[in-house]
Amino acid sequence: MSERQVALEVLRYNPETDREPRLQRYSVTCREEWVVLDALNHIKESVDPTLSYRWSCHMAVCGSCGMMINGEPKLACKSFLRDYEGVIRVEPLMHFPIERDLVTVIDDFMAKLARVKPYLIPKQAKPVGEGEYRQTPAELKKFKQFTLCINCMLCYAACPEYGIIPKFIGPAAISLAHRYNQDSRDGGRDQRQEEIAATEGVWECSFTGACSEVCPEHVDPAAALQQVKIKSTVDWYRKHLMPWMEE
Amino acid sequence: MAQSNKPIVWGPFAAGGTITAFLTPVLILLTLLAALGHAPDLFAYGRMHAFAGHWLAKAAIAGTVFLSLWSTAHRLRITCYDLGVRADTLVAVIVYAGALAGTAASVLYLTRI
Amino acid sequence: MSRNPYVREIPKFRWFFRHPRYLRYMAREFTCIFIGAYTLLLVAGLSSLSQGPAAYQGFLDWLASPASIVFHVLAFGFSLYHSVTWFNLTPKALPVQRGEEFVPDSVISGAHYAGWGLLSLVVLVLAGAF
Repeated sequence: MSERQVALEVLRYNPETDREPRLQRYSVTCREEWVVLDALNHIKESVDPTLSYRWSCHMAVCGSCGMMINGEPKLACKSFLRDYEGVIRVEPLMHFPIERDLVTVIDDFMAKLARVKPYLIPKQAKPVGEGEYRQTPAELKKFKQFTLCINCMLCYAACPEYGIIPKFIGPAAISLAHRYNQDSRDGGRDQRQEEIAATEGVWECSFTGACSEVCPEHVDPAAALQQVKIKSTVDWYRKHLMPWMEE
Repeated sequence: MAQSNKPIVWGPFAAGGTITAFLTPVLILLTLLAALGHAPDLFAYGRMHAFAGHWLAKAAIAGTVFLSLWSTAHRLRITCYDLGVRADTLVAVIVYAGALAGTAASVLYLTRI
Repeated sequence: MSRNPYVREIPKFRWFFRHPRYLRYMAREFTCIFIGAYTLLLVAGLSSLSQGPAAYQGFLDWLASPASIVFHVLAFGFSLYHSVTWFNLTPKALPVQRGEEFVPDSVISGAHYAGWGLLSLVVLVLAGAF
């Protein structure tokens, strides 16, 4: 098993002592097949136990270890050291306040997810005794792609509009709303539109497409957002030009 | 949070983006050919005047001008914001007014043809 | 333990140099300047047409100027970039589900490209460009 010497430049920030962040260089011996997360774990275990960062599954399903690696939003557990040359710069996910070291403040994101009512709101209440909601494979396929989001926030780090306009509800939240709107069992679209079709909803999106490029699960949030824009636009013109069509 | 009225400006933007995607390149080719001395037959004064004189052509031209200018205006507005100009309402008024002015001018000229 | 989150500043307009994808986005947005300018050129043409043959000839003469030709070449390039980016993104906004599967993006884009080519050809023929 071969080894390699890797230099990492990691952003450090101690909220109790530091006025602003600084970069700290670590040089560690790593295994050839390691990912950046392995290097961080090695640093924390053997070199500097004060280094703070989030991680959990180490297999790209929990969404915890999102970081900026050489300026690109990536999951640390999915970033192979062999793909990098020279010093690897590791910073907290962009566009979020820094709590400590590589840990970001994600309160804004969590609040936005909750705002879109990410749960099934049935068209008509149906007691459990009446049986399950049935769904064809085609109906499932319609929204399946948007269920794959692991809430890793890489899309928020990549989105330039979220960087400029912090109130923008963001790609993951809108994709999540779209996931439920497209679900045949759901009837809550009108309620979600209050959040999604607002100015800080989908209308701050300029279809940069960076969100879909960095998404590790291929959710394609950019697609969800454009679909929401078109549906919302059709709705608006119907409502204002043909009000008699309202149910 | 109230639903936005953004669709008013976004609808024509999307239509304009589509029209310019399909039509603008070949239009540029036509005037480029004229510029290079290979003017298409349509560019003879008599033919062009007859073409633009037809009510259907006038409607199509006016519509194309409006949608093209509107989608330009909307994109300019977004780009200004992206580039750090935060006075969005002011920029919006300027660009959309410009698009409407260009459209009004084209309609005026068309009525005189 | 007291919280003291640090907020990093976003550079007002240099953010799009951070990665090629943002430069491509900016290039795409900038196509609107050339498309808008060309449309205004057409409006100027309408104006000259409405003023009679002499004015119209003046417009054609201006078209033949070096500045106009340079502008046309640039505008053509930018308008192509707009068309290509637009057609490539259309399938994302308008997915088509046939049965269980979605029509592949390449088919939807391809249909747009085909329609674009056909329309351009028809316009060229009808305008007597050949």
